[in-house]
Amino acid sequence: MGNTSSMLTQYDIEDVQEHCNNMFSQQEIVSLYKRFCALDRNGKGFISADEFLSVPEFAVNPLSQRLLRMLDGLNFKEFLAFLSAFSSRASIRQKIEFIFKVYDSDGNGKVTLEDILEVLRDLTGSFISEEQRQQVVGQVLEEAGYSKDCGLTIEDFVKILDMSGLKMEVEVPVD
Amino acid sequence: MNSSKLDVDQDQPNVEEYLTEAHLDGILQPGRKLLLRDLLDISPTLNEAASAIVDDSFTRCFKSNPPETWNWNLYLFPLWCFGLLVRYLILFPIRVALLVAGWVIFLSLFIPVHFVLKDQDKIRHQLERVLVEFMCSVFVASWTGVVKYHGPRPSVRPRQVFVANHTSMIDFIILEQMTAFAVIMQKHPGWVGLLQSTVFKSLGCIWFNRTEAKDRHIVSDKIKQHIEGHDNNPLLIFPEGTCVNNQYTVMFKKGAFELGCTVCPIAIKYNKIFVDAFWNSKKLSFTMHLVRLMTSWAVVCEVWYLEPQTLQPGETPIEFAERVRDIISMRAGIKKVPWDGYLKYYRPSPKLTESKQKSFAEAMLRRLEEK
Repeated sequence: MGNTSSMLTQYDIEDVQEHCNNMFSQQEIVSLYKRFCALDRNGKGFISADEFLSVPEFAVNPLSQRLLRMLDGLNFKEFLAFLSAFSSRASIRQKIEFIFKVYDSDGNGKVTLEDILEVLRDLTGSFISEEQRQQVVGQVLEEAGYSKDCGLTIEDFVKILDMSGLKMEVEVPVD
Repeated sequence: MNSSKLDVDQDQPNVEEYLTEAHLDGILQPGRKLLLRDLLDISPTLNEAASAIVDDSFTRCFKSNPPETWNWNLYLFPLWCFGLLVRYLILFPIRVALLVAGWVIFLSLFIPVHFVLKDQDKIRHQLERVLVEFMCSVFVASWTGVVKYHGPRPSVRPRQVFVANHTSMIDFIILEQMTAFAVIMQKHPGWVGLLQSTVFKSLGCIWFNRTEAKDRHIVSDKIKQHIEGHDNNPLLIFPEGTCVNNQYTVMFKKGAFELGCTVCPIAIKYNKIFVDAFWNSKKLSFTMHLVRLMTSWAVVCEVWYLEPQTLQPGETPIEFAERVRDIISMRAGIKKVPWDGYLKYYRPSPKLTESKQKSFAEAMLRRLEEK
């Protein structure tokens, strides 16, 4: 009987696959489409911030508010593009680029001290004072050979994070 | 004042205990220096967020499972079509007629009993109990309920509560046809609401509005009064507070477990062979849910009345609730998840986020001390 999954044709799927650089198999796309429809409760064709927050496991994530800025109002293609950084087929570089984007909120290609502090504010909340936060970041940056004032570029991020052990992979349940 | 404080934490289950902080393994190791990459590497947190977006255990609890298709086969398909005709054109009308007849008999007896015997409480309660049990049997018959009951039949006595897992309002009907329970329930609109305020009221049922904090208070007082009465109907509570799809159990509210009385667990397991008994109240009205059941071949289910449990020395009500949840989910063969069912209606408390933030902050602070 006609359920939602069969509504995606080969053309659709190939089109979508292209859009997310073949990061997902056809099976995975079908199953992510089902998930997308489930999250898009009122069937508008995009998922609003409110609908993302209805998933408690997402809502309790310290970075949820920051991620919502990237997630709010995504249609299916954009939804997949967002998730493609978490595919096992994505390269380390792509994953690092994604992390960089999370930090670089104004999208100017530089992560400043303020950007780093902002993310850390989300991650640590009120359990550490602003001064202590600045102190730690300052120390750690200096130790790694960066000055506080110049921003980090994507190349710096790759250098800092590209040491194996970066675990960023989400398995898509396929039935 | 005192009791309002009690009320606040009455509905805070221990979700925190379940949330693991595996993602902090790296930077939490004492003795290892916090490096720039540890600070910048937010991949574990991002990973958690993405996993939750792709699939999460909470949504899974409320997913109705599509029936497995078996009819796509040249010789089975006509058979299935024939079955469809029988179900909709023969079974359904017969069942509607049965239900209507049942209602007529029920109301024509219930109303006189209720008003004529107004002063003789004891006999009236007795009769009303029998009538409601009859009415619920009619309901069960209207979807050809094939129910197997295991264990002793509950008796009327004070200081005990029954708790069961919750899949649909029909749980209540199935249990009610054997024993007239007084049940704690959410106030419903429409004809169900009308039934609640007339028929079920006479059984001592207590209802409330989930979203009214004030109601909870009144309910807990009423429960306390109810369990002390010697002739009151046994009290039934669905501690999950919401319908779950019978493959998972969400956290039990601890209210039923801190009354200081015996808790008798009841496990209910539906067989999905003909129809999924899960009532997804956000998608279907209760009337449509009943129609769905009435157009299926049968509702097959098993009910187990399990060993009564009491609070053990040194056990908190929350631990007690979890122990009972273990017993029920073990018997019914359903999985436990660490979520509060009320999250369907509310956002999770910031406390959960804070516990994650705290451990990260601690790791950073340790770095300061090392210096």
